[in-house]
Amino acid sequence: MHMPPPDEGILARREEIVAALRAIVPGEGVIADQVGLRPYECDALSAYRAVPIAVVLPSTVEEVSAVLAWCHREKVKVVPRGAGTSLSGGSLPLVDGIVLGMGKFNRILDIDFENRTVTAQPGVTNLGITKAVEHAGFYYAPDPSSQIACSIGGNIAENSGGVHCLKYGLTTNNVLGIEMVLPTGEIVRLGGKHLDSEGYDLLGLMTGSEGLLGVVTEVTVRILQKPPVARAVLMGFPTSEQGGDTVASIIGAGIIPGGLEMMDRPAIQAAEDFLHAGYPLDVEALLICELDGPEVEVNHLIETVAGIARQHGATTIRVSQSEEERLLFWAGRKAAFPAVGRISPDYYCMDGTIPRARLAEVLAGMQEMSKRYGLRVANVFHAGDGNLHPLILFDANKPDELQKAEAFGSDILKLCVEVGGVLTGEHGVGVEKRDLMPTMFTEADLNQQIRVKCAFDPEQILNPGKVFPKLHRCAEMGRLHVSGGRIPFADLPRF
Amino acid sequence: MELLLPQSLAEAADMVAAALVEERPLSVLGQGGKLGLGQPAAQPTGLSTRRLSGITLYEPGELVLSCGAGTPLAEIEATLAERQQQLAFEPPDASAWYGAAPGQATMGGVFATNLAGPRRFKAGAPRDHLLGVQCVTGRGEAIKTGGRVVKNVTGYDLCKLLSGSFGTLAVMGHVTFKVLPAPEFTQTLAIFGEDLADLAARMRKAAGTAFEISGAALLPAGAAGRSGVGALREHGGAVALLRVEGVRPSVEDRMQGLVGEVVGRSLPHLVLAEESIELWQRIRDLRVLPDRPVLWRLSVAPTEGVAAAKALSGLGADLFLDQVGGQIFAVMDDPRAAEVRALVAGGGHATLLRASDEFRSTIPVFQPQPAPLAALAARVKNAFDPRQILEPGRMTLAA
Repeated sequence: MHMPPPDEGILARREEIVAALRAIVPGEGVIADQVGLRPYECDALSAYRAVPIAVVLPSTVEEVSAVLAWCHREKVKVVPRGAGTSLSGGSLPLVDGIVLGMGKFNRILDIDFENRTVTAQPGVTNLGITKAVEHAGFYYAPDPSSQIACSIGGNIAENSGGVHCLKYGLTTNNVLGIEMVLPTGEIVRLGGKHLDSEGYDLLGLMTGSEGLLGVVTEVTVRILQKPPVARAVLMGFPTSEQGGDTVASIIGAGIIPGGLEMMDRPAIQAAEDFLHAGYPLDVEALLICELDGPEVEVNHLIETVAGIARQHGATTIRVSQSEEERLLFWAGRKAAFPAVGRISPDYYCMDGTIPRARLAEVLAGMQEMSKRYGLRVANVFHAGDGNLHPLILFDANKPDELQKAEAFGSDILKLCVEVGGVLTGEHGVGVEKRDLMPTMFTEADLNQQIRVKCAFDPEQILNPGKVFPKLHRCAEMGRLHVSGGRIPFADLPRF
Repeated sequence: MELLLPQSLAEAADMVAAALVEERPLSVLGQGGKLGLGQPAAQPTGLSTRRLSGITLYEPGELVLSCGAGTPLAEIEATLAERQQQLAFEPPDASAWYGAAPGQATMGGVFATNLAGPRRFKAGAPRDHLLGVQCVTGRGEAIKTGGRVVKNVTGYDLCKLLSGSFGTLAVMGHVTFKVLPAPEFTQTLAIFGEDLADLAARMRKAAGTAFEISGAALLPAGAAGRSGVGALREHGGAVALLRVEGVRPSVEDRMQGLVGEVVGRSLPHLVLAEESIELWQRIRDLRVLPDRPVLWRLSVAPTEGVAAAKALSGLGADLFLDQVGGQIFAVMDDPRAAEVRALVAGGGHATLLRASDEFRSTIPVFQPQPAPLAALAARVKNAFDPRQILEPGRMTLAA
């Protein structure tokens, strides 16, 4: 993985840059000493590290605006950072840039039960929003597994999902408005407490834009009333095909579960050894289906789900009989990552999405790769929406194993694209999947995305080196060649 | 209008490229039923996607369908109905608003206009369901964005940008979208009252319960009289309508809970079952409003809806409120744009969905934006269509 070569001219101006930032953000808000910078050298994709020129921690939108305006004018690169939980290197610093940390934006600004909205500063954690409203029975639906730490601003940048997004949607379906600062320093508001956009849906574009288009300084999200009852069914199958078919039949029967998760044999084994949730160990696929809603609905549908599993040859079917048992069913799944971490010195978490019908084929392909690379792989799977998280087990202390794991991961993602899926379902492209973008998109596809980037950030100061495999100058992208005067296809039918 | 009728995306790309050479702007349409929505911008030449028609993929178990942009909405809805599925965003039959024959909408037009029905606040708009697009930009280039899976953060979400862009950025040739199970049973709680503010507060309360209402509209007496439901007409006053959908035992249980929670002791109410489907279609298609030349849609925070509605009534409008009170559809004789737009000054937007060409050549149809945002939108337009070939002037008044 290569980042763009650092700009020596910028590196030579380190002191001037730090002084300019200190003039905008006073006191402890600018970190420039090597020890203080160390915690910011990576995000949750810790294989990649870089120490930036400085970290700036503004506490007002005016400071964010002034920092960006200055950096824009001086062509200093800026990497925005929320809580630093990105799994794709989205907030990996640049050695010739600054990090703009949004951690001080940590207040809830408005709770409006009548309009069912919460307005928060971007550094508030995902779970912090639910915590602020749960006393009234409300919650914020998207729940990425890092929700205890990840920030709502970061959720916007990555369009975060979670186990409930099949039924309740991703971040993009639950955010109503933002305030943001453009790379030029201009402050704009998109949306609010009302529905829909008055013009182009720039809010939809911003969501999932990985910190390349603007810096979010305020967020308004929709909150929901918590469903009164949730129950889960645990189902074990002799083959992954049967598990996959069961998922298709549940959804085909008109049921949209609150959560629908699958694990393969290695993941089941690791989770059971770690937590003793009572998972069956003689199955190839384990399915956890959670239904939530009014009690009468949940009880009605849970029988239907169990019946479908039976028809597809499930060898284990257990319906949770108490809240404790439901949580126990989930405990193993939720601890799958640390459980795998226990059986391997390191693991590399991937994030492709596939059309669900191709699951068995993709799992078989992974087994074949596993043999070829000599590395084990365990799979957890958001089965309802086809989002696959293969965990590649390796030992970073062994020479070449990280490179092997990365190559294995690339092959898995290429296979996902081959079967009609995509490179990333919820973790983002970042630096991690940047160089794989051409497997999914043509040059014309990517160039159009870069033109959108240029419409927001003509100097490309925001998070350069992420998402797009090649940097292009915006002026070059804007050119249009119309072949001089000749009308092609003059004989096309016209009516 | 002379029509270009490409039969493939490649052919559409050639046609846009030719238009670029000739510097001949294009209108972009399916059947053209909604060309009256936007600033008057009809070009001598139109590029119609109507021959890019047909379903190319439908997998009910994966909740996904792909089709040519020219595929009729009616064909999609019929196909989905066979498998007890639906478009959850309830697209309205909007061509009738512009005097065109009903039932001719295409899927490309559904996404390009991003109009949603009463389920919007719960299930989202077309933009929330569009997963992938193959299109031709104003540069004459065929590109794709998104994919066929729901969970996808690979690259910018250009599907959102194309939704509601009225053909000004690209010609959508092929679309992939999410479909959802259709409810097997529907009931509607009708609460009668004299005080719109009180009824609106009850709607908001209902939306904040766990009873998962999927429609919340407030019809003043006039609209209630045009609802097609005898009981609503006969009552003669305003009515709040709350829809509950799902499996039958759940609907009945939630309805009972809803009545207990939001209907006061003194308020008359009733529960509609069979009439529900037709009633919500009438609301979706705005057939509860009388035929008057000007049609506005206001979008505000639900708590602000009634005050805006009362002000609109003061301007002589006939109207009703949808989306828990956060959306107002109003018909009137003159646009009264300054007064109407003043009503959303505190947050929200007002769209002039219908008015004569004359009015629409001087009044911005879409809510004017603050300068930095308008400039950004113009740069986004240029990023797709630097020569202003696609629908120039459809979304912005010429300066």
